[in-house]
Amino acid sequence: MAGSPVQVTGTVLTTRRVEAYHALTVVAPAVADRFRPGHFVTVGVGGPHTSMLTRRAFAIHDVKPDYGGTVEFVFSVRGPGTAWLAERRARDTLDLVGPLGRPFPLPRDPCTCVLVGGEYGSASLFVLADVLQRRGCRVDFVLGASSADRVFGALRARRMGETTTLTTEDGSLGMRGEVTDVLAGVIADARADVVYACGPMAMLRGVTAVCAEFGIPAQVSVEQAMACGVGICMTCVVPVIDEDGVTRMVRACTDGPVFLGERVRFDDVGTIPFDALGAPGGRHG
Amino acid sequence: MAVDLRSYLGHVELPNPVLTASGCGGTGRELAQFFDVTRIGAFVTRSITMVPRAGRPTPRMAETPSGMLSAVGLQGPGVEVFAERELPWLAQRGARTIVSIGGGSVAEYTALARRLAGAPGITAVEVNLSCPNVEDRGRVFARDGSAAAEVVASVRAATNYDVPVIAKLAPDVADVVSLARLCVDGGADALSMINTPLGMSVDVDTMRPSLAAGTGGLSGPAIRPLAVRCVWQVHAALPGVPIVGMGGVMTGRDALELVLAGACAVAVGTALFHDPFACQRILRELEELLQARGFDRLADAVGLAHRPAGAGPRNRIDLEESSL
Repeated sequence: MAGSPVQVTGTVLTTRRVEAYHALTVVAPAVADRFRPGHFVTVGVGGPHTSMLTRRAFAIHDVKPDYGGTVEFVFSVRGPGTAWLAERRARDTLDLVGPLGRPFPLPRDPCTCVLVGGEYGSASLFVLADVLQRRGCRVDFVLGASSADRVFGALRARRMGETTTLTTEDGSLGMRGEVTDVLAGVIADARADVVYACGPMAMLRGVTAVCAEFGIPAQVSVEQAMACGVGICMTCVVPVIDEDGVTRMVRACTDGPVFLGERVRFDDVGTIPFDALGAPGGRHG
Repeated sequence: MAVDLRSYLGHVELPNPVLTASGCGGTGRELAQFFDVTRIGAFVTRSITMVPRAGRPTPRMAETPSGMLSAVGLQGPGVEVFAERELPWLAQRGARTIVSIGGGSVAEYTALARRLAGAPGITAVEVNLSCPNVEDRGRVFARDGSAAAEVVASVRAATNYDVPVIAKLAPDVADVVSLARLCVDGGADALSMINTPLGMSVDVDTMRPSLAAGTGGLSGPAIRPLAVRCVWQVHAALPGVPIVGMGGVMTGRDALELVLAGACAVAVGTALFHDPFACQRILRELEELLQARGFDRLADAVGLAHRPAGAGPRNRIDLEESSL
């Protein structure tokens, strides 16, 4: 089945530090072959007899043809699982499942795209930018984070983007503030047709609100804690308005992670909206 | 020589003893991307409810040492959509399907069993007794033997005579053996254990419970000793009743442990989240382990740990609930 995920034991090719983040490149030809921008992989952490049972999900940052195909993902150390990953060295092996999720939908005709990344969410945007540019699209970047060392890929964005706008909350790089403060200006200047965004939920909500003002679609890639990444654990749900207008709790891993921003009920993330299908005391279809 | 892995739940024959645990295999389609769901003993569905359920708010999951807390809240589309879309998909592929059902009252369980009674492709019905009883201030059925027995009896009565009814028991009850006995007296053809015991964790950074629901079901290897204990005690008390053992099975060795304690089939749950191929791997490992120990048939290993140790007296095994 084309595009279906595979499980591989991949060899770590390189490890590197990128500012505040870590990046691992793993030889995984079967994953690289099937990759589309927006896909993610899950990684088993802690080795063969691990006490950490849930898989860690990471957006794929890059795929390269070396050694039959490699995938690279970026992460920040947040707990014992990512700390274990940060200790991996070249030639160690990693248990990967991927590619997973629904990739970014691509425009049929050339258009102008603004790519917005928060923290290391920008990692998944560069392969997207590459595909968009090959289709004749104009790409502008807006990247932001709390401080300069947490802005991922500023250099690459400057090299690839028609324009690149950087924001930091402490003002250590680019404009002081958040990506949503500058996004309206970038959209207006570029006459953007579509926005792609990846980053923290609060940022995606802001990006979606700005896009709504301009009446352009926002394709957002959400980050939700998940245990399996393949759609069976039912823990990564977000309230999303379906095509029939009904809100359903859908899985970020298999129904997303990319959603049309206006469909995601950001204000209700972390709750079951009273009007969601099957909500307690609510509608039943 | 290949080991005869056939397993029997009542009169129903399964080609091998490895099942998915309820709520850990999605609809079957998700796992079908990785392996052929007809190759495992049976596919056990998530607990099907009468009406659609949105489930619990997020976060629904927290990792704990060798385990996982989860509070999904039986999210699902309801029995109608299940019977129209999910069950036929499994049936078309020839998967043996054990349908888990969950309800808030005896009447709801009965209505579910009745709705599913005519549906083709059901190998067995599993009654999830760890649901809160709305008629008893939310006390779960498994904690009240008579309510559990009443549910089992009404489901048994509403289900086709040739479809076994399996009662799924929780370990965090006063006396799992008496609960098991009441369920069997109520008409259960088989038992499955264990459902997840209730646990909780508090995030010391946010200083709030890790799960939005506060408490959640604990699963994974952390609860395997609980599962072995329950299977052991119930098999000792009711040796003729088939038991589906589950609780933290990650490898073939873990599966064999439950088999030796008295389980005739083993379900794989949380391991699937870690490794989508876990079912086949565990089946392969179990077969190799049985072969290495000289077994021709899986059935010969079921409950074998209960045999007297060497020449020691048979009644040395302590079946009391207390560990004193």
